[in-house]
Amino acid sequence: MKLNKMIFPLMLALVATVAFTGCKKGFSGKVTGLPGPRQQAPTGDGTDLTTKPFAPIDTTGPISNPVAPTGPIAYDPTKRWDPANMIQDRATVADQTVHFAFDSAAVLSKEESKLVIVSEKLKSDPSAYMLIEGHCDERGTDEYNRALGERRALALREALIRSGIEDGRVQTISFGKDKPADTGHDEAAWAKNRRGEFILCHQKTGA
Amino acid sequence: MKKLILTLALAVGALNFLRAEDMIIPISKDTEILGQMKPIPVALTGFTGEAAEVLKFDLYVQGYSFVSPDAAQYLINGTDTGSVVGSVTDKFARKVVLSRSYNGASLRRQAHAFADDIVQATTTLKPIGAGKIAFKSQRAAGSGEIYVADFDGFGAQSVTSDNAIVAKPAWVPGRMALYYTSYARDNPDIFFHSLSTGQRRVVAGYSGLNTSASVSPDGSKVAMILSKSGSPNVWVSDADGKNLKKLTSGLEDSSPCWSPDGKWICFATKKAERRRLAKIPAGGGEVQYLNTTGAANPTEPDWSPDGKWIAFTRQAGDFDICVMPADGSLPPTVLVAGQNPSWSPNSRTLVFNHGGNGHQTLSVLDVFTKQYKDCRRATGSNSQPAWAR
Repeated sequence: MKLNKMIFPLMLALVATVAFTGCKKGFSGKVTGLPGPRQQAPTGDGTDLTTKPFAPIDTTGPISNPVAPTGPIAYDPTKRWDPANMIQDRATVADQTVHFAFDSAAVLSKEESKLVIVSEKLKSDPSAYMLIEGHCDERGTDEYNRALGERRALALREALIRSGIEDGRVQTISFGKDKPADTGHDEAAWAKNRRGEFILCHQKTGA
Repeated sequence: MKKLILTLALAVGALNFLRAEDMIIPISKDTEILGQMKPIPVALTGFTGEAAEVLKFDLYVQGYSFVSPDAAQYLINGTDTGSVVGSVTDKFARKVVLSRSYNGASLRRQAHAFADDIVQATTTLKPIGAGKIAFKSQRAAGSGEIYVADFDGFGAQSVTSDNAIVAKPAWVPGRMALYYTSYARDNPDIFFHSLSTGQRRVVAGYSGLNTSASVSPDGSKVAMILSKSGSPNVWVSDADGKNLKKLTSGLEDSSPCWSPDGKWICFATKKAERRRLAKIPAGGGEVQYLNTTGAANPTEPDWSPDGKWIAFTRQAGDFDICVMPADGSLPPTVLVAGQNPSWSPNSRTLVFNHGGNGHQTLSVLDVFTKQYKDCRRATGSNSQPAWAR
């Protein structure tokens, strides 16, 4: 009795499947594709609406990161240019100076829009190069700060390269704590001094 | 009468024995006496002016204190009319342990030489009076020059005349030659500079940062910080910059220095967002982190020439000079406020810089007694001293 109760729905399902398959086989009319939850709405311009299949979920490895990998980008020595041979323009991108948190080379999210502007500037002016100065506040030893300033400038360089700027167009120079923007000795001064400054560079004519 | 002589002899013997014990304690337990050793009390009489100044400076920063003859262990007496003549009497041993006159050179040099002889006659230390230091002298605008001077700051001479930002001079052991960083070519590059011939050349001038040169004890290799691979890391090359090899791969490495046997390079790095000191085999290998418990944000390590100590700068608000045993057997001892410690050849005296608001002064420190004195200042802010050894 119990067995019959279970078999009945199963048989129903089987019949339904056979009926549906048979029906599809015999159907020869047009099929209208309706957008699923992940499909775009029809645009009416004949664009193929086929969606990409969902990526299979990989449970073995780490969670995949959809953004470009971060990390150091080595210099290509064949692409080096000498800033001394360039016309250096601090004014054009002066407002885009990026500021950092204490003892950190991480680009803060509130500073990212400045990088977008700098990247767009370089994209709109293919003959331009960019020199990035890395600076620190005075709270850190000399050579530690020289490394930290370089790391800050390199973090900005990496961000520009990831935004599509060719690597050879961006160079860095660290001044550590040797060139403060503000010579004060309080948090307001320190905040101003933890920075990456952009210098737009163009080849001197005839060079 | 005989009894009295015997008693006196016994008393002197006992005093000598005590003194011998005093001498032994620091040697066997010296890890516990950093900054705590009592200075040797001396009485200085007969000297005037420059000679007296030199003797006071040299002896103070080598662990002596100046007291009245009654309280002194040694009586230092002499004259400086024309030249330095002096003697040292050990009050306990009741004998003259040094008697010498000096001529030639300057009165100043003679006084340094007498101070050296006093140190040799009364301790087992290697004296430092003939020592030279190199340092960075910076103007308010940021640019500056590399200078070389006597260890007390006198006789300072500029080595460079580039009017550029300079950094981190390092001596070639046993030679009148330096490596240093200069922005003279609009990039931080590492220069080699022979002080005897005046010749200099770029040893590392790659894209990005080239700084913090440190020469191996045998002079054949240079450790340095380069960022050409995309992050500031420790690299090692031959003395001329060739055969370059990347040693570390942290995100932010700085200030490499050599162990005196040339086998290790100690450097500052970051691990899990915290500043740490670490060491790595000079030929490459696994990074080992040093235990600097109690000394926050350690940077700028310098390994003592006898291999026993690592001096470094901690940062807890302000900067302090710390010293710890190189084998990590004991936690660091915080000594005095300051940065950029550099060992003298005697492995007991450091030169460092201290001061606030962008104005740094060089100073010489005895790590056992914590006694220190400021060097004579060259123009501007003086920092990053390196003791020739």
